[in-house]
Amino acid sequence: MLRYTIRRFFLMIPTLLGVAVLVFLLLRAMPGDIVEVRMLMDGGQVSPEALALERARLGLDQPLIYQFYHWITGIMVGDFGTSMWTGRPVIEEIGNRLGLSLQVAIMATILAVMISIPLGTISAIYNNTWIDHVIRAFAIAGLAVPSFWLGMLIILGLLLTFNWIPPLTYTPIWEDPIRNLSQLIWPAIAVGYRYSAVATRMTRSTLLEVLQEDYIRTARAKGVYERLVLSRHAIRNAMLPVVTVIGLEFAFLIGGLVVTEQVFNLNGIGKLFVETVTRADYTMVQALVMLVAAFFIIINFVVDLLYAVLDPRIRYS
Amino acid sequence: MTTTTSSEIDFRERKAQHPIIAFARTQPTGMAGLVFIIVLFIAGVFAEFVAPYDPLQLDYGAMLAPPSWEHWMGTDAFGRDVFSRIIYGARTALAVGFLSSMLGSGIGAIIGMVSAYYGGRIDMTIERFMDVLLAFPIIVLALAVVAVLGKFPVGGLDLNLIIAIAIPMIPKIARVVRSATLAIRGLPYIDAARAAGYSSTRIIFRHIAPNVVAPFLIMFTAFIAQAILLEASLSFLGLGVTEPTAAWGLMLSGTSQEFYSQAPWMILFPGIAISLAVFAFNLFGDSLRDYLDPRFKI
Repeated sequence: MLRYTIRRFFLMIPTLLGVAVLVFLLLRAMPGDIVEVRMLMDGGQVSPEALALERARLGLDQPLIYQFYHWITGIMVGDFGTSMWTGRPVIEEIGNRLGLSLQVAIMATILAVMISIPLGTISAIYNNTWIDHVIRAFAIAGLAVPSFWLGMLIILGLLLTFNWIPPLTYTPIWEDPIRNLSQLIWPAIAVGYRYSAVATRMTRSTLLEVLQEDYIRTARAKGVYERLVLSRHAIRNAMLPVVTVIGLEFAFLIGGLVVTEQVFNLNGIGKLFVETVTRADYTMVQALVMLVAAFFIIINFVVDLLYAVLDPRIRYS
Repeated sequence: MTTTTSSEIDFRERKAQHPIIAFARTQPTGMAGLVFIIVLFIAGVFAEFVAPYDPLQLDYGAMLAPPSWEHWMGTDAFGRDVFSRIIYGARTALAVGFLSSMLGSGIGAIIGMVSAYYGGRIDMTIERFMDVLLAFPIIVLALAVVAVLGKFPVGGLDLNLIIAIAIPMIPKIARVVRSATLAIRGLPYIDAARAAGYSSTRIIFRHIAPNVVAPFLIMFTAFIAQAILLEASLSFLGLGVTEPTAAWGLMLSGTSQEFYSQAPWMILFPGIAISLAVFAFNLFGDSLRDYLDPRFKI
């Protein structure tokens, strides 16, 4: 197990490095760097000397290899550089907004787990009855409704019933939990619907598969109560793929927030990403992409380890 | 549920049936999806004849008009007919959806087949690169590509937008096609083709490709739904289709919050259009999977 863990751990490094190279080169391939975007923004005339000076200040006149080396070695000691737009440390800018996005993501996950596991189970038990059909329709609709539009509908509904509009400022949870939750529950529902739809479908299909296993028939044959057959034998064995889907979708939730944060006026990392990518703020975009990718790769790693713990065949292959 | 019914059908009867009839019989919901897709397609292609108004025509006399007999879905802040813009939006969504899915799944499928066919170091290298692409959330990757490539309009369509939507598809389909290819690579007929002296290109395209068509088609339909959603999201952010072209996501982005209560039809209808289109493709894709490959679940 230790050998597998170590081997699997080192497999993450080339992927992360690949992400770093790819995002670094992608940004450099962009037409017009940040200096041009910022200094020529208002259509003003700026001398080429001033542009060159600013580039030199940001280190953009150095060879690409050197810039990359500088950036990567910085990351290794926890230094992500300063934002080329605001001049503040990238860590600080991201840290300020990460909490908000993470809170929404965690709330959406809790919501999804609370909804999807019971619904998927009911759907599998009542397979091919009207209850199953209703739940499946709910799930497949969840894959079709764009989360940002669901967000708009929620705002519209709240506006018409309570005359509520999304507040422009964000209240941290430790200052006023009720205010905070009443603000963030709506975006959590908007992104959580799709999430719970995916997990519901997964729960249903794995549970259906498990219910056909011999050991379920054995359990029933020896007279175990149906409720215990489900809770002790079936659901436990069906949970692994569901946990995987929940884990992987959580990593992608950050992506879903990119659009939904705009709708709710939330100043999270999704909004930050949209802002910085259009400004060509290299250091910021690089750090954000690395953060999200690292997150995804680590969750993948944990899921693989979990599988190896539960299924010894994987360890030895 | 549907797998049992298809296995109960008598083999000879099934063979005599036209595939479309067999599909409609065993997968009624999928057929409903397909019918809706065809309706959408016709509306998009013949938008000039279906739409009652010019989607670009401004009418300052009828700004933010609620739904009425003249304007079925009301008008927007410029007095443009929402229904007509939705019909033209179908053209945009389907064109972007189909073209990007063809591009993404075509390239991805070739990469997957090549990777599995050659194996060894080539396979390893390609797989690692696909891992890198998979580590990006779809929208993050697409946004980055859009920002890098800028705009490149060809015949009213932004080619770079299509590329940006296609790229995130490549690693996903490459994976699926790769594993399907691995399953058939060792079969005797491939060995026979190799022994007959056929080139690798010929073996890949003539002998392997026809046998990975089922997973390819399943992924392809799923990708169209994904592409429509992604195009809507990008357009909503102002980084996809741009004004004055009619696109569903763009119609939603124009609706700033002051219009929410004043003109809810501007929010309602474009979102319904996106949801229904994606729903239809998902429904069809799900049924296609059950029909083509009953072993696949979820």
